[in-house]
Amino acid sequence: MRRPLLLAGILIGTLVPNRALAQAPGTILIQNATILTITHGNIEHGSILIRDGKIAAVGTDLKAPDGATVIDAGGQFVMPGIIDCHSHIAVDGSVNEGAPAVSSMARIPDVLNPDDVDIYRDLAGGVTVANILHGSANPIGGQTVVIKLRWGKSASELPFEGSMPGIKFALGENPKRSNFAPPPGVPQRYPATRMGVEEVIRQAFTEAREYKKQWGDYTQRKAAGEQNLMPPRRNEALEPLVEVMEGKRYVHSHCYRADEILMLLRVAKEFGFKVRTFQHVLEGYKVADEIAASGAGGSTFSDWWAYKMEAFDAIPYNAALMTDRGVVVSINSDDAEEATHLNQEAAKSMKFGGLSATDALKLVTLNPAIQLGIDNRVGSIDVGKDADLVIYNHDPLSVYAVPQKTLIDGQVYFDRARDIAHRADVEKEKQALIDKEKKAAEAEKKSEEKSPDKSEAKPEKKPAKKKPTTSGVAGDAR
Amino acid sequence: MRIRRIAVVALAIAVVMTFALAVSAQTATTAYAIKGARIYTLAGPPVEGGILIIRDGKIAAVGGNVEIPAGAQIIDATGLEVYPGLFDPITQLGLNEVSAVSATVDISELGDYDPEIVAATAVNPASTHIPVTRASGITHVIAVPGSNTFDLGTGGMIGGQASAFHLAGWTMEEMEIKRSVAMFINWPSITTHTFDFTTFSFKDKPYADAKKEYDKTINEMGDLMDRARHYAQASEKGSPAQFERDLKLEALIPVVEGKLPVLVAAGRARDIRNAVEFCTKQNLKMILADGTEAWKVKDLLKEKKIPVILGPSQRLPGEEDDPYDRPMTLASELHAAGIPIAFASFGTAFSRRLPQYAGTAVAYGLPHEEALKAVTLNAAQMFGIADQVGTIEAGKVADLIVTNGDPLELQTQVRYLFIKGQLTSTDNRHRDLYEQYKGRPAAAH
Repeated sequence: MRRPLLLAGILIGTLVPNRALAQAPGTILIQNATILTITHGNIEHGSILIRDGKIAAVGTDLKAPDGATVIDAGGQFVMPGIIDCHSHIAVDGSVNEGAPAVSSMARIPDVLNPDDVDIYRDLAGGVTVANILHGSANPIGGQTVVIKLRWGKSASELPFEGSMPGIKFALGENPKRSNFAPPPGVPQRYPATRMGVEEVIRQAFTEAREYKKQWGDYTQRKAAGEQNLMPPRRNEALEPLVEVMEGKRYVHSHCYRADEILMLLRVAKEFGFKVRTFQHVLEGYKVADEIAASGAGGSTFSDWWAYKMEAFDAIPYNAALMTDRGVVVSINSDDAEEATHLNQEAAKSMKFGGLSATDALKLVTLNPAIQLGIDNRVGSIDVGKDADLVIYNHDPLSVYAVPQKTLIDGQVYFDRARDIAHRADVEKEKQALIDKEKKAAEAEKKSEEKSPDKSEAKPEKKPAKKKPTTSGVAGDAR
Repeated sequence: MRIRRIAVVALAIAVVMTFALAVSAQTATTAYAIKGARIYTLAGPPVEGGILIIRDGKIAAVGGNVEIPAGAQIIDATGLEVYPGLFDPITQLGLNEVSAVSATVDISELGDYDPEIVAATAVNPASTHIPVTRASGITHVIAVPGSNTFDLGTGGMIGGQASAFHLAGWTMEEMEIKRSVAMFINWPSITTHTFDFTTFSFKDKPYADAKKEYDKTINEMGDLMDRARHYAQASEKGSPAQFERDLKLEALIPVVEGKLPVLVAAGRARDIRNAVEFCTKQNLKMILADGTEAWKVKDLLKEKKIPVILGPSQRLPGEEDDPYDRPMTLASELHAAGIPIAFASFGTAFSRRLPQYAGTAVAYGLPHEEALKAVTLNAAQMFGIADQVGTIEAGKVADLIVTNGDPLELQTQVRYLFIKGQLTSTDNRHRDLYEQYKGRPAAAH
């Protein structure tokens, strides 16, 4: 068993691309580019000066300071790094907790996997920030975290510093388990209707409110100097809901139909909390005014539809229509592959609904930054913001644009030219490992032939575990 | 005498009706002249500011100096571009309305070998997907039975006969290009590690067991082909009393005779090699579908002249250590090796992404003109319907699009859509919903 495990370790450790690319932040000048600032127009033949991971200057007459690294981006386009407001990459194992209807104790931040190669693939698609969400099997799902795609760094270095924690809610077919029959012998789980979904959420917040009161009373009495007090028993499922009511945790709610969107807004009003984003929100265009009035954002797909009943009224005009009605809208991926071309998905809102080029780009940059409360740090090319940038060889709203470099905190985490140059080494290393394995296997076979009485059974070699791809209809997460 | 009189009256009525039809065929709605556009015929260099005449459903003429027939509806397309209608050659269009609602899904029949079933039988001409898809410039498709959504696994081994049809018409009979264009085969894979969607967990089985299952399947399939061959011989001798009619074997006759191509879905190099070996041995005309690892067996595909219908260029690499852009560069790599390629969505709702898949392949090295052919002409040639569709040439069915630019670009709009020579509406459920809710009065708060 030892060798296969060792091999798996080596494969993960070295064969994945360009792990050591990012270097300590220095001074970088990106020059000669068309700069799509998002907030103050496009700058032709522009330059961006990066110092200590931040954008230090943006303009047309910047000079490279001594010792600065110069990236000549002649004929190329620079835009802010793409922010994916709905992602499940970098998660170790499944994102769903199928058994309980309320799984707010489950914590995505505890299971971040920095070795997930999808981090690198999305980085190569220009993504720099992702909102890593729990699944949608539960009306109240698990806790979520915003990360930067710092490929090669440890799990503890992925979270976006200071970003607000979140929690996933889910409405409609997934929490009522319409399309997922329980395994034989397992009873169906409550809820099985949209009415039940509402009640599960109301019940949980009723308990959370009581829990909050218990702690409030306890704290008050303790502060008043009362002795020998027993603190209330801690409840890890209710604590995040108290944080939601206190405005310390964002609610990102998976939803499809207009009626369930309004339902959650009513429940939020009843318990005094805000919905930060409606996720998927494929019928958001039907109740865009109500969403806008609540202050919630809408994070949707470009053109997915008809994969289930509640997605049958999905229209590719959704992003544009919600935008026109004053909702802050983003386009997300919910899928490691879809994330690699969110710039293309944003461009479709120009065709379907007539958004301007800048408004289209906002869907994957500034708007998701606003939705995640990180727009003071990222989402546009402005002095003082983090140098999270993508350099494309063409206008990113064109299908022909290919990301050439992706920077996070002023460090190059993806470089297409270096990736391509590195491929021969990867191939060589892989071949060497395979040869080594073959030789070792032959040697083992020979030694077994010499000692046929060896009693120990040979372990079956297991192929590497492969995640199911989730393009098309797949994920429960959707 | 009475009978004769009735016959005369009937004949007279028939003559009048024929005349009426002939008259209606000459009305403005069946002849069109598209003027002023740049016409990408894909059969030669683009025709600048030319005239394209459509008459009786067919392309009548294309060129710079073409006479416009009297009564033709003239479409001023100055500044616009004309292309052959886009062709998505592997879809479940018409067979699948809402994927998660099984009552609306007719993709895969039960059983391992269903050569006798035909997609056209179940294509719903009123499917919401048809107008939605054609609004994005896709004018004709092939529906493939047994081809479940691209990467979710599949039904039986022989899924049935694929049908090519236009995306407009009152009935499937009106829409059909060719009822049977290929026999679909899901190539069996030696699979030891599978994901089970009912339990949402992985299941493993020993390689020896998987290999045994695979060998059994291949033997069965070979046996079926042999029986079809014998059945064909027996049929030729024309003594029907000596054997019972067998619909499965009957359906396989054109396959074993090499008249009907087999469309074989295989991704891994080993599976592709096995499929090619089988088809060569059985003398079948093979089209490869998917071909995720086709780059590993380029020489074999080239040597055996096997064209490839690629799955979406936008997907993740199969292996963790594959180059991140491997799926995007696949098309250009196969094209450079001289292997005919086409793109397909392998889907229903994603059929309208077909031009995006082709465009992405261009971004990663495929020549633009080849990408255009890979969503029009190439697949038409593979399936033997290039005499009807695929290019803008006189005599072909007028399936074409008039756009405001490059049809592979994300923002390009289809301004006019012609299917079977009819100016066809681009209205669809999505636009209807958009218009409806755009008009919603401001909500009261």
